[in-house]
Amino acid sequence: MTNLVLPSYPKVVGVHPNLDWPAYGGTKFRHPLHAPIDLPQRLTEVTGPLLGEGRLGEFDNDLTRQHDGEPQGQRIIVHGRVLDEGGKPLPATLIEIWQANAGGRYRHVVDNWPSPLDPNFTGLGRTLTDDQGRYRFTTIKPGAYPWHNNDNAWRPAHIHFSLFGRAFTQRLVTQMYFPDDPLFFQDPIFNSVTDERARQRLISRYDHSATTDHWALGFEFDIVLRGPSSTPFESHEDDDE
Amino acid sequence: MSERLGCTPSQTVGPFLHIALPWPDGPFVVPEGTPGSFWITGQLFDGNGDPVIDGLIEIWQADPDGRFDHPDDPRGATKPAIPGFRGFGRSDTDAEGRFRILTVKPGATPTTDGADEAPHIDISVFARGLLDRVVTRLYFPDETAANDADPVLASIDDARLRSTLIASPSDDGGLRFDIHLQGAHETAFFEL
Repeated sequence: MTNLVLPSYPKVVGVHPNLDWPAYGGTKFRHPLHAPIDLPQRLTEVTGPLLGEGRLGEFDNDLTRQHDGEPQGQRIIVHGRVLDEGGKPLPATLIEIWQANAGGRYRHVVDNWPSPLDPNFTGLGRTLTDDQGRYRFTTIKPGAYPWHNNDNAWRPAHIHFSLFGRAFTQRLVTQMYFPDDPLFFQDPIFNSVTDERARQRLISRYDHSATTDHWALGFEFDIVLRGPSSTPFESHEDDDE
Repeated sequence: MSERLGCTPSQTVGPFLHIALPWPDGPFVVPEGTPGSFWITGQLFDGNGDPVIDGLIEIWQADPDGRFDHPDDPRGATKPAIPGFRGFGRSDTDAEGRFRILTVKPGATPTTDGADEAPHIDISVFARGLLDRVVTRLYFPDETAANDADPVLASIDDARLRSTLIASPSDDGGLRFDIHLQGAHETAFFEL
């Protein structure tokens, strides 16, 4: 009998939003009413898809070069590292992003507010982190946009991020915001993260060292995924079948 | 022990996920035509019984031998016997809340305490209006004995909730697995 020793990912407490969040109307009929059942972490949970290079196209990490012309708007560089809670970088992990154009409009059939589409901007990107967990996108700064949640409601400018990490437990979909956005106070999605320090982790940092003269402004956004416990992991290689 | 970093919080996938997250090969855990492959089809519903048209379903599972091609499988990462087996599938939901994923049945997987888990598939659900993903599991209707012995199923006292995790045979020879986020038919969801 193989002696299975698995990594263990301690629960993350007080960071993620409560699914029942009345200020965001969309949650009303979509949050489960039953308390979630505890799922022990076993093989299926501590493993996960390791999706590689085959998923990437040449300009997937440069959203300004996916069309014949350049998109309208402020060119920016968004870069950072993907780490786990122990500070360990996550190499070769897939990151997917999507965003509105400079006027705050998504290239999506259900987004039809009167702001123009940009023929030179699709608004989606993909990349893999390097061996230090670093990633880098070139894009344009997305605009704020109105939505129907409540009267005169506007989403602060944001970029959606989707990450896999290396285990099912680590899967994360989030949004990156920009520093000093005046719309934070009225946004129920941003404010669904009730812990002030956790909420600040959703905001990128203006990074002058990444700003490129006469080209683009730099923003740094590190992403921390749930991490395995720091208890030494015993590999039990000689127990292999 | 050194101080741990704070996790980046989850935020909703929002209503515009369709422009980015569906992949042409997303629904294919195995290539079309793989012997033994079948479609998992289902609909995602909200608490009003309305279809959720802006959702994303992802699955993750063992190969038919119960193995994972992953370094944290302590039995050793194993290349699956089925060419092109990815273990992962994703499908966005359509205008009727429908999703579909082509896969093969996973094998049973061992646990650390010596028992076997019944064949199962882990599922993540993302949607506009969900500020974090919810997680559920699919079990197989033709595995009555293994399901009866499964430690996760056994941990669910509420028989109705437990029954939401067992897929039904579908007309096309595959499996039907509807997911109800809320209400009288609410699916059993897990905290990882």
